[in-house]
Amino acid sequence: MADDSLASESASGLNGSSDEGTGFPEDFPHTARLKQAGVTTLDGLRDVDSLEDLKGIGPTYAKEIAEALERYDADESGGTTTEKRSSPLSGDGAAEDEPEGPWTQQSIEIPEGPIEETVSFDTYPAGQFSHDELGFSDDEVVDLLRSMLLQRRFENRCRQMYQRQKISGFLHLYIGQEAVSTGSVSAVDLGDDSIITAYRDHGMGLAMGMTPEECMGELFGKSTGCSKGKGGSMHFFDAEKRMMGGHAIVGAHLPLGAGIAFAHKYRGEDNVCLCFFGDGAMHQGAFREACNLAGIYELPIVFICENNQYAMGTAVDRAFSKPDLFKHGYNFDFPCSLASGMDVFSVNKAVRDHVENYARKGQPSMLEVRTYRYQGHSITDPAEYRAANELDQRKSEDAIARLQQYIVDRGIATDSDIDAIDEEAEQKVVDAIDAADAAPFPDEEAIYDDVYTQEDYPFIA
Amino acid sequence: MATLQFREALRAAMTEEMERDDDIFLIGEEVAEYDGAYKVSKGMLDQFGSRRVIDSPISELGFAGLGIGAAMNGLRPIVEFMTFNFSFVAFDQVINNAPNMQYMSGGQFTVPIVFRGPNGAAGQLGATHSNSTEALYSTFPGLKVVAPSIPDDGKGLLKTAIRDDDPVVFLESELMYGMKDEVSDAEDYTIPIGSARVAREGDDVTIVAHSKSYHIAMDAADELEERGYEAEVIDPRTIKPLDIETIVESVVKTNRLVVIDESNPFASVASEVTHQVQDRAFDYLDAPILRVTAPDTPAPYAPNLMDAYMPGVDETVDKCLQVLYAK
Ligand SMILES: Cc1ncc(C[n+]2csc(CCOP(=O)(O)OP(=O)(O)O)c2C)c(N)n1
Ligand SMILES: [Mg+2]
Repeated sequence: MADDSLASESASGLNGSSDEGTGFPEDFPHTARLKQAGVTTLDGLRDVDSLEDLKGIGPTYAKEIAEALERYDADESGGTTTEKRSSPLSGDGAAEDEPEGPWTQQSIEIPEGPIEETVSFDTYPAGQFSHDELGFSDDEVVDLLRSMLLQRRFENRCRQMYQRQKISGFLHLYIGQEAVSTGSVSAVDLGDDSIITAYRDHGMGLAMGMTPEECMGELFGKSTGCSKGKGGSMHFFDAEKRMMGGHAIVGAHLPLGAGIAFAHKYRGEDNVCLCFFGDGAMHQGAFREACNLAGIYELPIVFICENNQYAMGTAVDRAFSKPDLFKHGYNFDFPCSLASGMDVFSVNKAVRDHVENYARKGQPSMLEVRTYRYQGHSITDPAEYRAANELDQRKSEDAIARLQQYIVDRGIATDSDIDAIDEEAEQKVVDAIDAADAAPFPDEEAIYDDVYTQEDYPFIA
Repeated sequence: MATLQFREALRAAMTEEMERDDDIFLIGEEVAEYDGAYKVSKGMLDQFGSRRVIDSPISELGFAGLGIGAAMNGLRPIVEFMTFNFSFVAFDQVINNAPNMQYMSGGQFTVPIVFRGPNGAAGQLGATHSNSTEALYSTFPGLKVVAPSIPDDGKGLLKTAIRDDDPVVFLESELMYGMKDEVSDAEDYTIPIGSARVAREGDDVTIVAHSKSYHIAMDAADELEERGYEAEVIDPRTIKPLDIETIVESVVKTNRLVVIDESNPFASVASEVTHQVQDRAFDYLDAPILRVTAPDTPAPYAPNLMDAYMPGVDETVDKCLQVLYAK
C-alpha cells in the first residue's frame, strides 16, 4: 500500500501511538484519557502530582501510567527496553514492515508441519473486580445501581403497558442483562464515543441517559418519543448521546458499526464505536464481513456479543459449530476475551480494556459477554424451551442483587438507601408512563416527514 | 465544453466533489490500485491517496453497510458496486438500512451516500450479470434513483447526487462508459434530481426512455422522421423522483406514448410511467400506451437470443407506428 494508506496512518499518530505530535511514546498506556485530562506530553506527565486525581484516571490507570513512565525513563537512560503490550492472540502486536506495494507478500513455500499456534484469551469472571480498583467513587457505584434499577423497573412496566395495549408491535425486554449496558456505558466517553446495538435496546438507551419519558413515549407511539413515534421499541436513537440505534434486522447493523468507527478514524478523532449484537447475529454473513473490514482498515471498534444463551428459542450450543463465541474473533486476528455479564464491574473492566488497549489504538477486538435474559424472546414468548430450573438458577446470579450486596457489604449504602433508590427509579418510570399517556400521537401529516431530507419534498404522492 | 468519455465525466464529477469536500470518499472493489474495474476511478488513488480511495475486498454487504454507518457519522461516501448485479448481496443494506434510517430515527440520522456502478445488460454475460435494478430500487421510499444516458448528464447528476443528503442509487452502464460527448466544464455544474430532459421535440408521438434505451429512442426518432413522423424524446434522467409533469405535458401535445425500458416488463419503470400517464392524462390519449422492454425471461447468452432479448430500434419504430395507427 501507498504511504498514505489507512493502515500506515493508524500506525503513526492517529491513535496516539507515536512520539511525534502527541507527546507520548508508542504504546504508552491511556494516552487518550491523559490528553482529555489536559496532559499531552511526557514532561507534562512528570509534573503531575497525583495521577489519580486527573479526570478519567482511576487508581488502576494511574498505577499503569506511573509504571510505564518509570520504564520509559529507565529506558532512556540506557536501561531495559520497554516491553510491548502483547496481544492475547497471535503475535505480539508489533507493527509488521509496511508492504512495498499492492502485490502479494504471501509465501507459497509450504513449511514442514504441523503448524502450531498458541492462543490465549483474557477472561473477566464475576466477583473479581472492586470499584476502587476500577476508579469508581462510592457515589459512582450507587449511580451504576441506579442505572440498572431504572432499566429493570422500566422493562417490568413495559410488560404491563403491553398487556394494557398501550404498547404494540414487537417488544423485547432486557431484564437480566442490565449489567452489560451499564458496565459498558460507564467504560466509554459518553457523547463522544458511539454505541450501536440491536433491537433489544431499551436498556442501552436508558443506560446512555436517554430519558424514560422519551423512551416510553416512543413505545406508546407518541410524537414525544425519541424517534417521534416512527421507530418503536426496536428503533431507539439519540444522536446527541451518540446512541446510533436500535436495529431490528439481525446482524445488519454490524457493518454500520464498522462504518461509524471508520468515520471516527477518518476524521482523526480519538473516539471508538461499541457494536453490540446477540449470539444469534453471529450467524449472519454481516458479522464476518464487518469483522474483516474492521481488521483490514484497523477500525476503532469493539465487537461485543451479548450472549444471552438464546436466539429466540435456539440455544446457543444448538446453533454454533463453535459455541465459544469469543473465539470467533480469532479468525480475524482480533484480541478476544470473555466476560461475565452478571457483574457490572467485570463488564466495565473488560470493555475498558478493549477500548483503551485496542480500539483507541486502531485495533478492532471481540468481547463475548455471557448473560441471560429472564423473559421470553419477546413479550409473547412463554419461553417453554428452557430447562426446568434454568431460570431460577440464573436469577440466583442476578447482577442487580450482586451489586446491591456489594454496596451493603462495603458500607457504601444501606438497604434502606437502596430501597429509596429503587422507589425513585419506579417513580421515574411511572411519571414517564403518565407523560407518554398524556402526549399526543404524531399528526397524520407526519407520515410524510423525514422520508427525504428536503422540507416539503414535492414528489411524494 | 470538453469532449469526454462517459467514464471520464463521472470521474470528473467525483474528483471535483472530492477536491471540494474532505468528507467524501470512494470505496469499492478494485477502485484504487486496479484503477477501477471499468476505469471510472482511474488515477484517483494517485490524486487522493488511500485514505479516500479505498479498495474493499469482495464484501458488498460489508462495504455498503460500512458506507451507511460512515454516513450516519457525518461522512459522504461514494460506494461503487462493480456492477449492480452484485448489489443484491448487499440488498438489505441498500434498501433496509440506507433509506429507513432517517425515518425511523425521527430525522436524527441522515444517510448522505451514493451507491453507483453499472446496471443492466452488457452483452452476452448470462442471466446473473444482466439484471436491471432501477424498478427494484425505485420501489423503496427514501431512496433516489438516477440513470443518466449521456456523459454531460452523468457529470451534472453525479455531482448533485454526491451533494444530496439522501441515499442515491446512481445507475451507469458498461456499454456507455466509452461513449464520447460534450461535457460542461462550467464550475459547479450540477443538474437537479427530478428533472427530465426533452432531448428532441416533436408533435406526433412521445417516446420516454432512460439510460441505454435513450439512444435507441433517438435512433428510432430519426427513422420515424424519415417516414414523416416527429417523435418527442424524453429522457427522465432520474427514475425516482420521476419528472412526470414533463412527460404528461408531452403526451397532452402528442396524445401518444411509447416507453422503452430494457428491464423485464413486470412492475418495471415502463409500467410505472404507463400507470402515471393514464392516471393524469387519460383523456388526452388517442391510443393505448405501448412498451418496449426485455421479455419476461432471464437474459440469455447466445448472440441471436441476446439480440432478440434487448429492446431495439426496429421494435421501437414498430410500436410507435402502432400507436400512430400507421400500421
Ligand atoms: C435477518 C433476520 N432474520 C430473522 C429475524 C427474526 N428474529 C428477530 S430476533 C431473532 C433472534 C436473535 O437472537 P440474538 O441475536 O441472540 O439476540 P437476542 O434476542 O437474544 O437479544 C430472530 C431470529 C430478524 N429480525 N432478522
Ligand atoms: Mg441471544
